[in-house]
Amino acid sequence: MDTRQVITSLDPALIPLAPLVGAAAAYGLGRKNRVFSGVIATFAAIVAFALTLKGVFDLAPSAIKEAHLWRWFGVGQVAFDMTLRLDRLSSVMCLVITGIGSLIHLYSTAYMADDEGMPRFFAYLNLFLFSMLVLVLGGNLLVLFIGWEGVGLCSYLLIGFWFRNLNYCGAGRKAFVVNRIGDAGVLMGIFLLLKHFGTVDFLLLNDRLGEAAALFDPKLAAVCTLIGFCLFIGATGKSAQLPLFVWLPDAMAGPTPVSALIHAATMVTAGVYLFARAHFVFDSAGAELGLIVVVVAALTAFISATIAVAQNDIKKVLAYSTVSQLGFMFLAAGAGAYWVALFHVITHAFFKACLFLGAGSVIHGCHHEQDMRQMGGLRRLMPVTFITYFISTLAIAGIYPFSGFHSKHAILASLGQSPNSLIVASAPIIVLIASVTAGLTAFYMTRSLVLTFFGSYRGHAHPHESPWKMTVPLIVLAVLAVIGGIGLEHSLPHYLEAVLPRAHAHESLAPIDSLGASWIGVLGVLIGVFLYGPLASVPPAIAKAIPLLLRLLQGKYFIDEVYQTLIVRPLEGVSRVLWRGVDQGVIDGTVNGTAEVVEVSGELVRTMQTGDVRHYALYLFGAIATMVAVYLVW
Amino acid sequence: MALLDGFPLLSALVWLPLLGAIVLYAIPGGDSPEGQLRSRGLALGFTVMTLILSLLALSRFSSNQPGYQLVESFRWIEALGVRYELGIDGVSLALILLTTILMPLIVLSSHSIHESVRGYLACMLVLETAMLGTLVALDLFLFYLFWEFMLAPMYLIIGIWGGKRRVYASMKFVLYTAVGSVLMFVAILYTSWMAYDQAGVQLPSFLLGDLLHARFTLQEQIWLFAAFALAMCIKIPLFPLHTWLPDAHVEAPTGGSVVLAGVLLKMGLYGLFRFGYPLFPDGAAVFAPYLAALAVIGIIYGACIAWVQLDIKKLVAYSSVSHLGYCVLGLVAGTSLSVTGSTVQMINHGISTGALFLLVGVLYDRTHTRLIADYGGIAAKVPVFATLFLLFTLSSIALPLTNGFVGEFMILSGSYETYPMLTFFALAGVVLGAVYMLTLYMKTMYGEVNPAREGLTDIRLIEAVTLAPLLILVFWLGLFPQPLVDLIEPSVVRSLQITKERSHVLRESELTREALIPEDMAPRGVLMQKQSEYPSRPMSL
Amino acid sequence: MERIHTILAIAAITFAIGAVGVIVRRNVIVVFMCIELMLNAVNLSFVAFSQSVGNLTGQVAVFFVMVVAAAEAAVGLAIFIALFRTARSVESTSATELRL
Repeated sequence: MDTRQVITSLDPALIPLAPLVGAAAAYGLGRKNRVFSGVIATFAAIVAFALTLKGVFDLAPSAIKEAHLWRWFGVGQVAFDMTLRLDRLSSVMCLVITGIGSLIHLYSTAYMADDEGMPRFFAYLNLFLFSMLVLVLGGNLLVLFIGWEGVGLCSYLLIGFWFRNLNYCGAGRKAFVVNRIGDAGVLMGIFLLLKHFGTVDFLLLNDRLGEAAALFDPKLAAVCTLIGFCLFIGATGKSAQLPLFVWLPDAMAGPTPVSALIHAATMVTAGVYLFARAHFVFDSAGAELGLIVVVVAALTAFISATIAVAQNDIKKVLAYSTVSQLGFMFLAAGAGAYWVALFHVITHAFFKACLFLGAGSVIHGCHHEQDMRQMGGLRRLMPVTFITYFISTLAIAGIYPFSGFHSKHAILASLGQSPNSLIVASAPIIVLIASVTAGLTAFYMTRSLVLTFFGSYRGHAHPHESPWKMTVPLIVLAVLAVIGGIGLEHSLPHYLEAVLPRAHAHESLAPIDSLGASWIGVLGVLIGVFLYGPLASVPPAIAKAIPLLLRLLQGKYFIDEVYQTLIVRPLEGVSRVLWRGVDQGVIDGTVNGTAEVVEVSGELVRTMQTGDVRHYALYLFGAIATMVAVYLVW
Repeated sequence: MALLDGFPLLSALVWLPLLGAIVLYAIPGGDSPEGQLRSRGLALGFTVMTLILSLLALSRFSSNQPGYQLVESFRWIEALGVRYELGIDGVSLALILLTTILMPLIVLSSHSIHESVRGYLACMLVLETAMLGTLVALDLFLFYLFWEFMLAPMYLIIGIWGGKRRVYASMKFVLYTAVGSVLMFVAILYTSWMAYDQAGVQLPSFLLGDLLHARFTLQEQIWLFAAFALAMCIKIPLFPLHTWLPDAHVEAPTGGSVVLAGVLLKMGLYGLFRFGYPLFPDGAAVFAPYLAALAVIGIIYGACIAWVQLDIKKLVAYSSVSHLGYCVLGLVAGTSLSVTGSTVQMINHGISTGALFLLVGVLYDRTHTRLIADYGGIAAKVPVFATLFLLFTLSSIALPLTNGFVGEFMILSGSYETYPMLTFFALAGVVLGAVYMLTLYMKTMYGEVNPAREGLTDIRLIEAVTLAPLLILVFWLGLFPQPLVDLIEPSVVRSLQITKERSHVLRESELTREALIPEDMAPRGVLMQKQSEYPSRPMSL
Repeated sequence: MERIHTILAIAAITFAIGAVGVIVRRNVIVVFMCIELMLNAVNLSFVAFSQSVGNLTGQVAVFFVMVVAAAEAAVGLAIFIALFRTARSVESTSATELRL
């Protein structure tokens, strides 16, 4: 890491520029003919992918391509530059974003073909790519924050894309506001960094933290713990961890490609990326921080997996599974195995994007039906969708040799090898929770697979296979979901070893041992197959046996309701009281009361002015008499 | 530019709008339909010329040069020591530019005024003179004259062209602000008097430059700063002195709301920055934590109340209370980052809130209702309007790359050094800001179309032209704020320097005036003697 | 008791009668006469003081008072006539509105 070489290059600036221009063009030209918008936006995404490839092509292990665009603002010693940097860490993310982004753009051209608002849709989608790329390429925390808030905005706009439905818009608003809570945490982290280190530039920060560590600064660990905690709050917001994960399931209100791109593959992994990018902060922090992160991550993974078991909406299952998988990523990130977290980001992007697009294909084929109880038997009607969904299910279930196995295996291995002593000490419990979660994952994904594709069709529509624009991305992603694990297991740590600490591959198991190690996944799948296949009478029986637990799971532990009753409603009530009672009552009452006092006293004094001369004469004599009397007495 | 040397640029800038008002009335037949059109054209011409003059001032201004620039100084009322002295620094120039940019847009938005347009425009022009005068005056007496002079046209604008409760609102506005101002006037007189008394100046003086040499005991400073701060905080308005604002905003015509939110509110902050802090640094230091706490309460309180409003204009008005809380926090935190940020935020708030009021005006012109419940789903009917509304909403909730973010970020990161806990609470405003603005946006723009709004027409050309400059500024200042920061920062640094130099280490106990006089200055006895030679004091006149 | 005390007492009593008359009577002509009574009470005390002190200043003042009283009578009676013409009465209560 000491031998980094900074090369001035326009590459990092050109990559996000493509979708930005694309957004404007898609909206401008698409208004004439909406087919254009899809073509333009997809083209822009592919251009961004090509530019990324070009930028990555000659990227040496410790090289950083830097585009210093302009001085954003600065006062005195504190300055913020518009700097974009492409190094190996950001290049990995860029490839995922633009690669999967291109596929999903292509998919959307068919999925959204009937929608009036296509130009708007593609403009937002390209704008999202732009924001996400800025987030990833940002050379300092503030530029990263531009992207961070920008993706939040695009997410808001796309969740509420069908804005005639007020519930969708409410979901968008919820996503934005909950994200904002996290953003406030990031801002707090920025303020702390500025106060203690005077900069938010990642390279400079890395150096300054190194200097402070070399001097054995006693405050360093405490400061870094605090900063890391603030950044982690930001990550819980953006990456949907406890307690801020509630927005992600609601975000499924958006069109399904949006769910695939934003709420599965890219945006929600921004928190993990933040950990990797600012790894020096977390590495310098106290061990407590790592433990907090890992505990939160494990709980999130487990709780959301249990919720996913009881959901009937195919997208809701996938949403909770995303939350759960994000928990897995944070297990690794919290344990300091950043490359492993990134590994799971990538494999998850492959299979989860494939699952979402598959779900989209099903929803598209079933004429916007999302309830799995109204599906079934689709494997013959939609063969391509079925096969890709099947492969991805095996991948997420963590079965060898599919990609999910490798990344999950690496995550579990990383917990025991963490540099953080507290995590190592608690590793057995965490691994146990994670393993149970992995089993649950395999189970509920199999459940969704069986309910959707096996048995006989229970709905009333006429399902049909999707056009090639939708199946090609599915096939590509499915292939990646198969080979991604084996392909990246060794090459990824090697690729990242100069930019991330502890980037070395874990010892990989022999294939036969690997098959043995995927027993949890296999078990989950088998239970799923039997319970929803030959033993289909059992699940209702179980449901009857545990009505309360089922209610709890179906109600998502009523976390939304709890927040609503404990936070939102009281706050709104207090606001109303503040308005009617305090503002209009007390404060304005005081103001108007002052005026009233003047008026009333005026009214009182006014009665003396009768207009009758004799009264005035009386006042006159009375006053003189009083004055004389006072004079005489004194 | 040599051609312009010796040209009283600032005087021209200040008095040109007043000349415009006179011209409007000098031409007969101003209330006929053609006359109305001519009045609008003339007013637009004069405001644009003022804008050009202010740009000229910008071109002749050099931000790195210390002190006030383009200074004009003439004797005026000699017996009182009042001088006509004008000058600008970066902060006042930035606010002048904000004023001169907003005024032509306000004239453009006057198409919704139908009764006695000429009077309305004349009031606006007079108001512009008053505002610009307040921003350039370097003599406290002159400053006070302009300061009070702002009230009259605003009173008429609300009282004549306002809504249903216009009389109540205008009366409240004038009385409320006048109460504070009168106390400030007493403080100004006292300041000048005491300065004359002690510093041995040959003549009484109200010049800021002279008064900065005077020294005051802690007790005096507390009272004087309190008087200044009361006047300024009513104007800002700082919680809990804000209740005149929602009434004034709701009742004022669109242009009135824009100028009120855009410029008038900033005068309080400007006054604190220019006079309150440098003149009475110790008094200010005593009050600073309380002001900061009130500012943060205002941020959260304003945001909470904005959330539950039923009237769009009132919501935006309470959002102003919240946003100006940030400005106050930045100002009293007293770091160069936060004070610069506070000034930047003043400009940005003027732009984004001004635009929001213009947008509300666009809706009101068509529907004659401002209730949120009377809208809903209109994004489908008026897509261009909805897009503009969204962009200004984003600017208002301080999304990065819009102008709002820069100021807010600078304020908060600068304030963190001085008041970490308060800044932490102020961050709640970041979240709540998104809550109330997005709720407003959702309830008015999204959902099924309200049947009553089926026939709503999209934005017209003249309205788009009015909003376009503001939209450009939103992104320009969001992307390239550095020129603005460079304009402001040196003046801020200098002002903070003066404040710091003048502030005393002795803060705890009652300080006597003797203790405050530095050793190199004349001892008290000489001063007493000199004083007896000039028995007629300004106050005895 | 000295003579001046007697005279001053008479003046005071006369003044008090005049003052009470001004306050309690509604007929403006009577009020007017009461004012004359008060003026003359003052005149009486002027003369008494003048004699007691031994110079003429007080007596000069009496002439001024009388001149003023005459002028007052001229103006006042004109007002009363104007009042009577419009209000058909010379009561002071009929002129309380600052207009006729």
